[in-house]
Amino acid sequence: MELNVIIKTISKYWPMFIRGAGVTLVISIIGTIIGFIIGLIIGVIRTIPMPEKGFKRILLKIVNATLAVYIEVFRGTPMIVQAMVIYYGSKQAFNIDMTPLFAGIFIVSINTGAYMAEIVRGGIVSIDKGQFEAAYAIGMSHVQTMVNVVLPQAIRNILPAIGNEFVINIKDTSVLNVISVTELFFQTKSVAGNNFKYFETFFIASAIYLVMTFTVTRILRFIERKMDGPENYIIYANQMQVETPEDALRREQLMKGNK
Amino acid sequence: MKKIIEVQHLSKIFGEHEVLKDIDFSVSKGEVVCIIGSSGSGKSTLLRCINLLEKPSGGQILYNGENILDDKHDTRTYRTKLGMVFQQFNLFNNHDVLSNCMIGQVKVLKRSKAEAREVAMKYLKVVGMEQFINAKPRQLSGGQKQRVAIARALSMEPDVMLFDEPTSALDPEMVGEVLKVMRELAESGLTMLVVTHEMGFAREVADRVVFMDKGVIAEEGTPEQIFNNPTQERTREFLKRTLQQN
Repeated sequence: MELNVIIKTISKYWPMFIRGAGVTLVISIIGTIIGFIIGLIIGVIRTIPMPEKGFKRILLKIVNATLAVYIEVFRGTPMIVQAMVIYYGSKQAFNIDMTPLFAGIFIVSINTGAYMAEIVRGGIVSIDKGQFEAAYAIGMSHVQTMVNVVLPQAIRNILPAIGNEFVINIKDTSVLNVISVTELFFQTKSVAGNNFKYFETFFIASAIYLVMTFTVTRILRFIERKMDGPENYIIYANQMQVETPEDALRREQLMKGNK
Repeated sequence: MKKIIEVQHLSKIFGEHEVLKDIDFSVSKGEVVCIIGSSGSGKSTLLRCINLLEKPSGGQILYNGENILDDKHDTRTYRTKLGMVFQQFNLFNNHDVLSNCMIGQVKVLKRSKAEAREVAMKYLKVVGMEQFINAKPRQLSGGQKQRVAIARALSMEPDVMLFDEPTSALDPEMVGEVLKVMRELAESGLTMLVVTHEMGFAREVADRVVFMDKGVIAEEGTPEQIFNNPTQERTREFLKRTLQQN
């Protein structure tokens, strides 16, 4: 490995690397967000309590079975194969012409959705049954219970798993080069095809991937800490160590009295 | 007196196990009814059947004369008329104290935020928790949590309050503050149905005491009848056992 080759490659091809990294980020961010939304919706549907009888029960069973098939198929096949089937397959079989970028976002979204559905379901199941019962007991519907009580708690609990999915997506968008999406791996391959310096060129690409994933994990950790809020404040940043509301009240009254 | 809740021939079966057998029972307006009995006698299940957290296997439940097990009857509207207090408090962990008392009013009863806040503050004062409106449930003690849970149920302004062993999960020194609140509510004329192990409370506050054993109502009557002159052998046995422990 020669340093000057790396410097030369960067100075000559940097716009291609930047553009590739940009496409990778766009696909993985949009894909993760859409996948998360798909996962939320499916997670909520799959946890609806089963009615005892009637039309609603049959409908719910059909919907649940369909969702189970979706999850199994997209979790059980490689994304690289899904990409070929959806992009070239839809072109040949149904004459649907997608741009590679759109196809890429579509594939990453539904693939992430299948994983997220299970992550969200796990998050919902982990919430204490009493939270559901209390919400039902004051007359909330299943959706109201989910939106106002359960999901805010579940999402906090599954945030590390969501971060995992995001990092995986940043790396796995590289398989989309098979449908010629101009993401980072595709661009790197083009550069290496021009200068024949495979080692140096792909070394640059791996450095860019690492920077992207590292930044994302740091940001997510920061969000987690933000969401935890005062509990961390009490433990780490508050000199009172553990202050109960009574203590706070007493302290306030004391301060008022001193003035 | 007008009967608010009337339970007729109610039964509940979990798998092979018959938890409730042909229960007949009613609560009138303004009445305080305490249900006592040993663990596993079905008293909590009865309470949970009344607000449909458990679906009864047979029989009917009339609310103001209407059968609420009828498919046409709206379960959610019915539930807003019953305030439920749980053994494990079940405060919404992601909401602070004030928001716990407001959310049902805003989302279910469609009250305005300002009105909901006013109502919530009124009942938080009743339970003596108005100074903790910004605290999260995890920052409160068990007794405080239960008082907030009572305020949350009261904020829906229900016709009947159901208490499912409200003091059983509390440290002994916190039982008093919760019972004091419940006593004040009973004196204010609220209709209450209380499943409890607190015999002192049942004796002093209840208008009527129901003793349950093995899924049936073994005996019911005024506190004097049940505690001083029980007619059934099993009631005597149960009271002897529990009063010895205290």
